[in-house]
Amino acid sequence: MLTLKQLDEIREKTLTAANLDNNRKGTRIVVGMATCGLAAGAQPVYDLFQEAIDKKGLGGVTIAQSGCIGTCSLEPIVDVYVPGKEKITYIQVNPEKAQRIIDEHLAKNQVVSEFTKDLDFTGQERIALRNCGIINPEDINEYIALDGYKAIAKVLNEMTPAELINEIKKSGLRGRGGAGFPTGMKWQFASTSTGQKYVCCNADEGDPGAYMDRSVLEGDPHSVLEAMAIAGYAIGANQGYIYVRAEYPVAIKRLDIAIAQAREAGLLGKNILGTDFEFDIELRLGAGAFVCGEETALMTSIEGKRGEPRPRPPFPAIKGLFAKPTILNNVETWANIPPIILKGADWFAGIGTERSKGTKVFALVGKINNIGLIEVPMGTTMRTVIEKIGGGIANGKKFKAAQTGGPSGGCIPAEKIDTPIEYETLIELGSMMGSGGMIVMDEDNCIVDVARFFLEFTVDESCGKCPPCRIGTKRMLQLLEKICNNEGEESDIEVLENLAKTIKAGALCALGQTAPNPVLSTLRYFRHEYDAHIKEKKCPAGVCKAFMKYVIDKDKCTKCHICAKSCPTNAIIGNPKETHYIDPELCIKCGLCITKCPKKAIEKTNN
Amino acid sequence: MKQVTLTIDGRSVTVPEDYTVLLAAKELNINIPTLCYLKDINQIGACRMCLVEIKGGRALQASCVLPVSEGMEVKTNTPVLRETRKTILELILSDHKRECTTCVRSNNCELQNLSSQFGVGDIYFKTRLSDAKIDDLSLSIVRDQSKCILCRRCVAVCHDVQGVGVIQATKRGFHTRIEPAFGMSLNEVSCINCGQCIQACPVGALKEKDDTEKVWEALANPEMHVVVQTAPAIRVALGEEFGMQAGSIVTGKMAGALRRLGFDKVFDTDFSADLTIMEEGTELIGRIKNGGKLPMITSCSSGWIKFLEFYYPDFIDNLSTCKSPQQMMGAVIKTYYAQKAGVDPSKIFSVSVMPCTAKKFECQRPEMNASGYQDVDVALTTRELAHMIKQAGINFVNLEDEAFDSPLGESTGAALIFGATGGTMEAALRTVAEVLTGKEAQSIEYQAVRGLEGIKEATVKIGDLEVKAAVAHGTGNARKLLDKIRAGEANYHFIEVMACSGGCATGGGQPIRTSTEKMTIDFRDVRGQALYKADTQFKQRKSHENPEIKKIYDDFLGAPNSHKSHELLHTNYHKRDLYPSNEDKC
Amino acid sequence: MGTSVCNCKSEKFKQLELIIAEHKDQPGSLIPVMHEAQELFGYLPLEVQTVIAEGLDVPLADVYGVATFYSKFTLQAKGQYQINVCLGTACYVKGAQLIIEKVADMLKIKVGETSQDGLFSLDATRCIGACGLAPVMTVNEKVYGQLTVDKVEKIMKEYLDTVGRDKNANA
Repeated sequence: MLTLKQLDEIREKTLTAANLDNNRKGTRIVVGMATCGLAAGAQPVYDLFQEAIDKKGLGGVTIAQSGCIGTCSLEPIVDVYVPGKEKITYIQVNPEKAQRIIDEHLAKNQVVSEFTKDLDFTGQERIALRNCGIINPEDINEYIALDGYKAIAKVLNEMTPAELINEIKKSGLRGRGGAGFPTGMKWQFASTSTGQKYVCCNADEGDPGAYMDRSVLEGDPHSVLEAMAIAGYAIGANQGYIYVRAEYPVAIKRLDIAIAQAREAGLLGKNILGTDFEFDIELRLGAGAFVCGEETALMTSIEGKRGEPRPRPPFPAIKGLFAKPTILNNVETWANIPPIILKGADWFAGIGTERSKGTKVFALVGKINNIGLIEVPMGTTMRTVIEKIGGGIANGKKFKAAQTGGPSGGCIPAEKIDTPIEYETLIELGSMMGSGGMIVMDEDNCIVDVARFFLEFTVDESCGKCPPCRIGTKRMLQLLEKICNNEGEESDIEVLENLAKTIKAGALCALGQTAPNPVLSTLRYFRHEYDAHIKEKKCPAGVCKAFMKYVIDKDKCTKCHICAKSCPTNAIIGNPKETHYIDPELCIKCGLCITKCPKKAIEKTNN
Repeated sequence: MKQVTLTIDGRSVTVPEDYTVLLAAKELNINIPTLCYLKDINQIGACRMCLVEIKGGRALQASCVLPVSEGMEVKTNTPVLRETRKTILELILSDHKRECTTCVRSNNCELQNLSSQFGVGDIYFKTRLSDAKIDDLSLSIVRDQSKCILCRRCVAVCHDVQGVGVIQATKRGFHTRIEPAFGMSLNEVSCINCGQCIQACPVGALKEKDDTEKVWEALANPEMHVVVQTAPAIRVALGEEFGMQAGSIVTGKMAGALRRLGFDKVFDTDFSADLTIMEEGTELIGRIKNGGKLPMITSCSSGWIKFLEFYYPDFIDNLSTCKSPQQMMGAVIKTYYAQKAGVDPSKIFSVSVMPCTAKKFECQRPEMNASGYQDVDVALTTRELAHMIKQAGINFVNLEDEAFDSPLGESTGAALIFGATGGTMEAALRTVAEVLTGKEAQSIEYQAVRGLEGIKEATVKIGDLEVKAAVAHGTGNARKLLDKIRAGEANYHFIEVMACSGGCATGGGQPIRTSTEKMTIDFRDVRGQALYKADTQFKQRKSHENPEIKKIYDDFLGAPNSHKSHELLHTNYHKRDLYPSNEDKC
Repeated sequence: MGTSVCNCKSEKFKQLELIIAEHKDQPGSLIPVMHEAQELFGYLPLEVQTVIAEGLDVPLADVYGVATFYSKFTLQAKGQYQINVCLGTACYVKGAQLIIEKVADMLKIKVGETSQDGLFSLDATRCIGACGLAPVMTVNEKVYGQLTVDKVEKIMKEYLDTVGRDKNANA
């Protein structure tokens, strides 16, 4: 069991042994091996470096896998820290590139500059992601080396639970998973009663397009464990649960390792750091139900039942998991706790805006140049995020809208790009913060189709308990499908709006209550696009197939017959060396022929 | 308990702090609409009909689960609430098979009531979302998923009250269904046929298997001698089907109506209830005296029997071997009565009217043919009988009282209280006490076994013997009781179990009352009290004093538990597999 | 109880009994047991759910209710190659619909189906959090990112070749 002193010793020792500190004696290589890195082929790259270190006797060189630094589209990323030099970042590394880095950079100290990229983090501030891409998530000592478990040590030795809760309240930290409820308040509610209580971590990150929680779990799992233990001390709970998506195998593996290491080190379990405090954590796997990201549904699921939400009140802090007082925060919220303890509430409250303190991680995805995770101070404008940090819209297209808040959020149009990002401003725009997905759309995205996509998601994921959500969202989807299918009627819009109102007011849980947001927000800002579908009978973005037809430009066609061979339904009529045309009855508008035609002779046009 | 004061629609009300807003509103005569709510059974806030506005609250709240709090200001009737409720109703109706005019629950349907209350008109969505199937393979219960509104009241009753749990919400979203595992039929799973799910259903998604056509056919057949028996609990509930007040006793009108329907003989299951006491009481005395298997458990309730066969087969030897009163009567009709009346038993069509859906299953158990024929041909529910009376155009309310036919129509007060929980126990004690001591008992009312407590216990001194008795109603309570016995934490001589909470008075075949009615009236109590009241008006209140019972033993059976009694009036039970066997799956 | 299973499966069922015994006293054990059972059997057929129901003393209807609520649990055996095409938002706006249609077309199955030879299953999946690589798909554990219709055609061809199945053989 670790004592405070030993914790300090580990910190010092590891900083040196892993070449982690700036006075490093040897070279440190870090390979990004989160899901994105692994998918991009980081494993063979890592193996190659490892082999080189083992066989070639690259003395003093250490290698570590890490989580994701955030620039996922540049993976596999390899950072090389040579003593006394600036960090060098290699991007999109494959085994061939790795070999050259070994031969030139490691062996001869010559940077292979053609593979490097200066990652620009201007405008970003890393609190939740502070360790991601830096430390080895599978080694507790590296976490300890960068001040890990120092916060729990401080709390146990220097703070009463009441002082701790006050500190969190003072920091202004709000839940990073959805509605932004003040974290300290939650803790306080749960602290008032006595008896068995629970601390839960919501790692059921379900919003499509958001993956910051995965990134934290894969890159810095101990920060979550430490934070949960801190909360356990605050409210008097000795058991924690992490409810994590089964779709995140890497995160699960790293959490398993982290829990085992923390237990072994006495940082979980009985008598933590030699005190009377006891706290342990159990991992629970989700099983593919988005609604389990809703807190009451999540607890119902941990109880082993169908993950159906329960009415609130009673709130979980009063009657939660197994009917006991429970606090539940999401991964990103937890990751903010240790720095707040170590640096103080005032430091944290000094970042961000009046109403929204600290930073927020966003998953910047879609039609944007710099795809990846970013962490910015609250209050940063959308323009900064999209144009500066995101590097603008891909392929020189025009920015149309950004979707935030997942299926519960809405589409923020281009004209609102100067809005500072805060909980309240996003809600005023008809969207919400949600867990921080930001999906950027350009002129090629049909807004009605996007609304339909989100409704399809909600319908699929509705638990079915209350009629407004179970039947209402399905009816809304039917109307949107009708509109996308060129069968829309003008009355449909009014019915959509009325249904949306009822579902918002009447649904049982937050998933249902916010399900109409994607439709309401697009109706608010892109009504003309709905009208185009219904009245003008066209899809301006050229997405909805029912409005489109495919035609072959006779002048460009060289009669090569390649398109006809590729057509899955044999809709392209004509033998080689004859004029080809597309039979609209047979065409399923899959677009395959367009990708195949060497002369770009096939066009998609509105009917 | 602490009292809190809140305001609802501008009126102040003070209620105990554990009240919900829905109950508090009831105190002010405000009926907040509900669909999924079933008092004490299903309080899940799912249907969203009972939404209310709370001053300062962010969202609308379901009043059925919302605890009251001091100073709370509630509005139950605002434009937003009316609009929201109406749209939700339209949504539910858009996915509901709206064949109201031909539905068994027409005029007694909570959805229909709300629909007319809110003036739902044209529904924008013309097609139902789901095609759902009808399961009519059970001998007792028909499930029509196309009418199911997923309120889950049936699931709550089946799980939480009955401790059975064969139906559950499955799948999710708009694919959600209420059904047994793997979409099996109720007759393929460990359903006990109690029909409490039907009692819970607000709409026509659950109903009994309609057997009235078979009875009409028999009545129309001149070859057949059609006889009928009516269970004790029918006479305190049937009147409700004709708009009479709950608890009205309509024994005489019922006999008259049955005769008008064309039954050749109108007998009374109360007679065979007395017979049951003679047999069961004797069996109990025998077991106590001869070191037989104790505790002995009653076997009148056919849902209970099936429950035990499925879930507690290790208690089979504890069950009394006595058939239920329905089956005793069935056996006696096609033997004793046939003989006496000189009717060929093959020409007798024997009908029973039961407060129960499990009786439909029981009468078709293969062992129930002591007479050489199926002893009871058709078991009708109270509701089915009411339908027949309505179809026949009989003005029930104005009928003159008539009597039952002899020789199987005479009964005692002891038999009548079989219809209430604890009644069988009490009837047995009345007889056993006198038989064992040979003296007339001072007091014959055993208050300790009356009432609606889930499990009741009593120790009754009979001579030197202290008889330890327990009564459970609702199989969920029976479960608790048997678990205690299994664990060695309790021991008794005699146990009465009725499958349904409240006993037969609120059996699965009784008139269905809405959740709103159930909020203010406990029909278990009202109907039960009617039975106990009627008991006091009987000349004979102990089964062994029934003159026709004495006669049947003298003329036909010999003595209780005689060889002939055993042949006709006793039966055996067998273990049932909870789940389909795995062995034939590969 | 629950052990009366035929010999051909008894080894796995013995393991299942062990899994149940291990979790029995843990609060809320049903879902963890179902996860492990699915890991063991590949799916959750009636026989498996029955053993779980009896072992944990939970009604079979409840086990089935849970099994059909969560999309990760499956009642049907899946193919040797489980292909999941991500239809999360990031993937969707980058053309994942075309990807999944292409795979379905090549395998001659619909989304949610398993090919008759039991080799391939195709499902649409929710966001797997690899949005930076959108559009993505997974084949068993392997993740493929930045897909195009051409790229997916190549990938699928390799799998079809591996199992010796001609693209058009099942047409």
